[in-house]
Parts: sequence; structure tokens; C-alpha cells
Amino acid sequence: MNILFYIASFLAIWATLMMIINKNAVHALLYLIASLLAVSVIFFILGAPFAAALEVIIYAGAIMVLFVFVIMMLNVSGAEQKMERELLKPKAWIGPSVISAILLGELVYMLASQSVHPTVMQEVPPAAVGKLMFSKYILVVDLAAFLLMAGIIGAYHLGQKEKRNHHRYLKNENQNL
Amino acid sequence: MKEYLWLIVALPFVGSLVLAVAGGKISRLACAMIGVGTVTLSAVLSILIGLDFLNTNGTPFDQTLWQWIDVAGLSPNMAFHLDSVSLTFVFVITFVGALIHLYSAAFMWRDEGFARFFVFMNLFIGFMLILVLADNLLFLYLGWEGVGLCSFLLIGFWYKDPANGHAARKAFIVTRVGDTAMAIGLFILFMSFDTLNIQDILKSAPSTWAVGSGIAMTTAFLLLGGALGKSAQLPLQTWLPDAMAAPSPVSALIHAATMVTAGVYLIARTHVLFDLAPIVQTVIAVIGAVTLLIAGLSALNQHDIKKVLAYSTISQIGYMFLALGVGAWSASIFHFMIHAFFKALLFLGAGAVIWALRDEHNMFKMGGLWKKMPLVFWTFLMGASSLAALPLITAGFYSKDKIIWLAYASDQGSGWLWLAGVVGAFITALYTFRMVFVSFFGKPKAEPTKIPGMMMTIPLIVLAVLSLVGGFIELPDTMGPLTLFSDFIEKTLPVTAIADLGGTTEFIFQLITAVVVIGSVFLAYKLYFNKTFPATVPQRNPLQQFFFEGWGFDRMYNALIVTPLVFLSTIDKKDFIDQFYKGLASLAKGLNSILSSTQNGKVRWYAMILVLGAIITLTIILYP
Amino acid sequence: MNIPMEQGILLAAILFCLGLTGLLVRRNVIFMLMSVEVMLNAAGLAFIVGGAAQGNADGQVMFIFILAMTAAEVSVALALIIRMFNEFKSLDIDKASTMKG
Repeated sequence: MNILFYIASFLAIWATLMMIINKNAVHALLYLIASLLAVSVIFFILGAPFAAALEVIIYAGAIMVLFVFVIMMLNVSGAEQKMERELLKPKAWIGPSVISAILLGELVYMLASQSVHPTVMQEVPPAAVGKLMFSKYILVVDLAAFLLMAGIIGAYHLGQKEKRNHHRYLKNENQNL
Repeated sequence: MKEYLWLIVALPFVGSLVLAVAGGKISRLACAMIGVGTVTLSAVLSILIGLDFLNTNGTPFDQTLWQWIDVAGLSPNMAFHLDSVSLTFVFVITFVGALIHLYSAAFMWRDEGFARFFVFMNLFIGFMLILVLADNLLFLYLGWEGVGLCSFLLIGFWYKDPANGHAARKAFIVTRVGDTAMAIGLFILFMSFDTLNIQDILKSAPSTWAVGSGIAMTTAFLLLGGALGKSAQLPLQTWLPDAMAAPSPVSALIHAATMVTAGVYLIARTHVLFDLAPIVQTVIAVIGAVTLLIAGLSALNQHDIKKVLAYSTISQIGYMFLALGVGAWSASIFHFMIHAFFKALLFLGAGAVIWALRDEHNMFKMGGLWKKMPLVFWTFLMGASSLAALPLITAGFYSKDKIIWLAYASDQGSGWLWLAGVVGAFITALYTFRMVFVSFFGKPKAEPTKIPGMMMTIPLIVLAVLSLVGGFIELPDTMGPLTLFSDFIEKTLPVTAIADLGGTTEFIFQLITAVVVIGSVFLAYKLYFNKTFPATVPQRNPLQQFFFEGWGFDRMYNALIVTPLVFLSTIDKKDFIDQFYKGLASLAKGLNSILSSTQNGKVRWYAMILVLGAIITLTIILYP
Repeated sequence: MNIPMEQGILLAAILFCLGLTGLLVRRNVIFMLMSVEVMLNAAGLAFIVGGAAQGNADGQVMFIFILAMTAAEVSVALALIIRMFNEFKSLDIDKASTMKG
């Protein structure tokens, strides 16, 4: 079983790496979905089936589909040359890579300085998750509901087209963001 | 009545303060009424107090206001001392000052700095009155510095033109040289006499210092230095022609009638010290004689009407110094009073012409004004005749002739001084009538756009009348001596010691002077009357150019003093102390530019800063 | 299955830093948003690892909340991206860097 964990994690890292290097938006999106699916496998291995299911359904299912819709609306996939030029120049990616590498190094250092205790991963069934969520974390559930409501309303309002009739000389006054 | 003496001095100061605080908020008419009214009240008061003074047979009157300083034996009061000399000066200052204030209310009516003008003018009158009424030398020095300040403020009145500011700075700095000499003289006086009270010093000086001693000579020289600076005599005369950047009423008041005569007042006041140093007196006479010739020749070659009058002022004050130098004290004061009348008149008249022709200063661009502005012309002519000392009918003749005669006849006079005076009279008449003929006669080249109203012409008329009849209070021996004025002055100043040369000699000398003056007027007529001139600056041969530039004094001072000082200052601006402070400033600027470049609106940049912050925080936590 | 907890966290850290690099390097705003998703996912992974190591369901509950928050955030962010595209006619995020107004 452990080997499965290492294969899945390698896949996740590889897919993410390919995603951030890619020039085509839809291809990158597909790599991202692959990464998410690999992470879902890792969840299963770690004994969290409910989280794994949710990862596939909501993350790879709903959120990525949103992305696909937006990319389709904005017709982004065509602009390949611009991104090609800007990514290939070393001075574009050297700085951030170095910074992230330093951060990663510090995190690794923190992890390595702790004693390795071989923990036994236990399976946590969905029923336990449900019981905990609605007893101990009930307030956070309500807050999450608020958040989602706010998100819906915000997205609706921001997505409105300005369809008011106005004289073209008054156009600047009516733009709101 | 005499106890209201302090009111004469206080009124202009009050007027100045009120206008400084509220001048911007009250109407222009109210400003004019306050500004002119305070000085007019002072003039009326001075006449009343003068009559009271004459009634009490001219005994000096002291009025102490309060103790000013009391430290280490120096305890001057703010106190006034009124005697015949100071009364003469007070009368001239307030009376001529009131007329000039009335004139300038009309002259400056359209100017945006109207209230500010009267603040400075009233302040000037106040300080000048302090100068002439002070009973101790420190109080006098306060007035001395105050008039220097007001002169600076008024020369640079139209401050938006940097040339005016330059002229104001030049005036202040050149007079400062003289003021410093005077201050050192005051130090020596305090050291010797333990007091600065004028009357006390004059009483104890002859017993403390020997005639011709070194200390007397040094002090007299230093005081003379101060007088030279304020009165624009050699070698400190370069500031007065440049001071013509001031408005014409300012030139009339400050640079003709009052401030430039402060030197004459100082020397007359401390005459005992000069009696103790005969060499210095001779130096004064020689300086006066040389200055009047140099300035006269310079005036002969000017084309700006106000510069002619400026050099003429330098020249006439040279006459006053000449009189002081030969011991003719009352003649000098007499000439001061008459000169104040006609020089103020000439400046006001020139100002009226400039005002009517919309700021035209060049004489050769005027012409034919005698028909267009008759009132101005006739008053100007009367003033010019007085300046030229036209015989018998003008006041200037009596005052100038007295000086010329005493330059020969006095115990300290000599034939050379007399000759200088006569030649000076010739040159004076020549340039005066050159000015009159070129400006007012000939073909008209510029049309006067506005005619002066009553507020400007009444002062002209009053001063013109005084220029003619003012001399009749002092007639020479050959005309049935009438010595009203000199008797009045000689209550305070010593009688001039003259060798008795008899009446015929005096009559011959007067005749020579009269002939010289009339001949000069005739020469001016021949050269300048109704001739056509090109409407530009006239062509000058090198000698005339030399006279035009004021005998090259400006150039010499520039090369010897100004340029080295400026060079040294430029080096000093870059020394290591300055570099340190400049380095601080550039460090702040550099830091600013670095920090402001972090606010460039790019989101990725902000994200990177976030990550950097996280890294730094983790490093700090992990480090030990 | 006994996978050391540190290795799980290490995986989360690597994924997080990869997402961070993507966020800093890319100029296209859609890619930046995708990188943000990767970072959030990595955080969620860390939670699940912790929860599995302790044997209780707290890790999964936190992960659910992170998911809910991510969903709301993505919808609003995409709406904003649409508005930005209408305004600047391009998805380059450096175009939206004027600070006036």
C-alpha cells in the first residue's frame, strides 16, 4: 500500500509542474484535474473516503468546470505566442523559483528537525465526519453557508452586464465595479 | 504744547501698525486716510510745537518716555531732545512727508500693494523722526537702522521684478558698510565716556580728548563712515542711482529729502567731536567737493530722468558736506531745508511725467510736454531754477551761494573749495536745464494719457512756492543781512568763524557765481532747446560713457569686492559640512525613490513581497 | 498503511510551493487563479494528513470547509475576471496596475 502512496504523490507533483509550465489554458486545466485526481487517491490511501469523494465531485467536478466555462467565454486559448515569449525568458522565472525554493527549503528543514514517528493512518468513515460536523463545528457550518450565499450574490451582481440605456457621453459615470 | 512731542513720533507708528494688521480688509480710501492722515497730523503738531518752541526763546526741551536698557552701565532711555536743529528736521520731515503722502495716495492708487506702501512709508517717517529726535546715540542708531530697513523695503516695493530686489539689496549692503563703521564709533564713545547721551558727550568731550588726538580722529572717521554710507557720498555713493527702482514718491521722500540727509544730521549733532579732529573736517570738505563734481558730471550724461535727479542729490549733499567741512553749520542746515523742498518737488514732478506717459523714464523719448501738462511744467521749472540757483528769485540761490561764499571765507575754507563750488554750480545749472529742455520742449514724442489730478498737483504747487520764497528768511550781508535762520540754528550749533573780508569781496564773489549760473543756463539753452533728438539713448564718446557709469565705481567694487566674495562663497558652499547635509537630503530622496518603487500596483509583485515576508519570518523563528 | 505523517506534510509543502511558483511566474490571470487552487488544495491535503494521523474526523471537517470557501472564492474571482476582461480587453494582470482613481 505504501508504494501506491508514492506513485500517486509523484503523479500529483508531475501534473502540477506541467500545469504551471503550460501555455495552453485548456491543457493546463486538464493537468490540474489530473493532479486533483491524484490527490484524491492519496486521500483514499490515508483513510479519508469522504474527503476523497468530495475532492472529485466538487473540486474536479464543479470548480474546474467553472474554469472551463470562463475560458470558453473569454476565448483565451488562442493567445499562445504572447505567453510563450514571456515564459521562456529565464529572468521571468528565475526569481520566483528561487524564492519558492527557499520557502520550500525552510519548510523541509522544519519538518526534518522533528523526530520521525511512524504513525498508523486510520480510516475515518463518513458517519464520524457527519457527527463531528453537526455537533462540534455547527457554527462553522452556518458560517460556510453564509459564505456561499455571499458568493452567489456577489457573483451574480458582478456578472451582470451593464445593460442600462445611456447617452454615450455619460458612459463614464455609469460604470460601476 | 511741547509735552505732545511724543505724539509726533507715535502717530506714524500707529498708522503703520493699523495698516499692517487691517490694511487688506479696509477699503482703499480708508487706507489712504489713515496713511496720509497720521503724517498730516504729525505735521500740524510739529508746526504748533515749533511755534511754542519759538515762543520760549528756543530753549532745548527734553522728554523721556521710559528706560530702554539698563545693563553694565549702559542705560539709554527712549527720550527725545528738541532743539532748533531737530525742530528744523522734524518740520521738514513731517511737512514734506505729508505732502508726499498725499501725492502718493493718487500716484499708487491703482497699485495692488497700496496698503503695504503706506505701512512702509509711515514706518519710515516714524523711524526718521526717532533718528532726529533721539537724545542718545543708541536711540539714534535705532532710527538709523530703521530707515535703512524701510529704504530696503520701499526700493524693492515692486518685488516681482528681481532687478528691484537687487537694487534694494545693494542699497542695504552698501549702507551697512557705513553702519558698521558707525557702530564701532559708538563702541569707542561708550568706552571713553561711559554714556551715549549726546548732550553729555558733547559737554565732556573737549575736556577728555585733546584736539587732534588719535582717538578723536578715529572716532570722527568712524562716524563719518556711517554718514557717508547713509548720505551716498564718496566712496559709498553707488547705491543711490540704483535706488531709483523705487516708486517716485519714495525717491522723493527717502532719497532726496530725508534719509540721505541723516548723515548731515549726524555730523551736525556731534559737531564737537569733529571740532576735536580738524583733519577729519578737512576730509569731509574735500569729500564733499570731490563728490559734488563727480556726481555733477555723471548727471550731465544720463538719459533717465530719475537718474539725473539721483546724481543731482548726491551732488547737492556734497555741497552740504562741504559746508560741514568748513564749519558752516547753519549754512549746511539751511541748504538741507531748501534742497528738501526743491528736490522733492523735482522728484514728484518727474514722477507725474512718468505716470502720465505710462512708465517712460527716458528723457529723450519725451518732449513737448510744456503745453500738454502746464501745471507740472511750471512747478518743475520753479524747482529746477531753485536747483540751478538762479540768482535772486529762487531760494536755492541764497542757500547755495552762502555755502560757496563760506567755502572761501571761513577759517577752514580755501580757494580750491570755493572753485569746486563754483564749477559745481556751473555743472548743476547745465544738467538741470538740459533735463528741463529735453523733457519738456522740442517735438512731442509720447502723448500723456492721463493728467494729474488735484491730489498730485497741490503738493507740487506748495513745494514750488516754498522753493522760491523759502530763501527769503536768510539774506546775505550784501543785501541787508537778514539772519533769521542762522540765528535760529546758532542757538544749538556754533557760529561759523569767518575771516572778515569785507562786503565788496563778498559782492564780487556773488556776482561771479550769478554770472556762472546764468551763463550755464544760456549754454544749456543753446545746446538743448528745441533741438530734435533721436528717440533713443544718446551716443556717448568714451569719456561721456565713463561719466555715465558713475565714474566706474560699480565696476571697481564689482571686481574688487563682489566677485571675490561670491567666488569664496561658492567654494564654501561645497565644503564638507555642506556635503554632509546635502548627503542627508540625497539619502532621504534615495530611500524615498526605493520605497515608492515598491508601490507599483502589480499584483505579482505584492505576492512576492508576501512570500518574502513569510521567508523572513520563518528565518527569524528558525535561526537559533 | 503506515505512512509517516512527515512525508504527507512534505508532499503538501511541495505542492504548495509549486502553486506559489505558478502564482508568481504567470501573467495570465486565469493561470494565477489555477495556481491559487493548487495552493488551497495543498493546504487541504495537510489537514487530511493531520486528521488521519490523529484518528479523528477533524481534518476532514476542515477540508470540507476549505472546499466550501474555495468554491465561493472561485465563483466571485471568475466574475471579476470577466469584468476585468471587459474593461482592459486582455487578461494580462499587469494591465491593471494603474493606481489612479
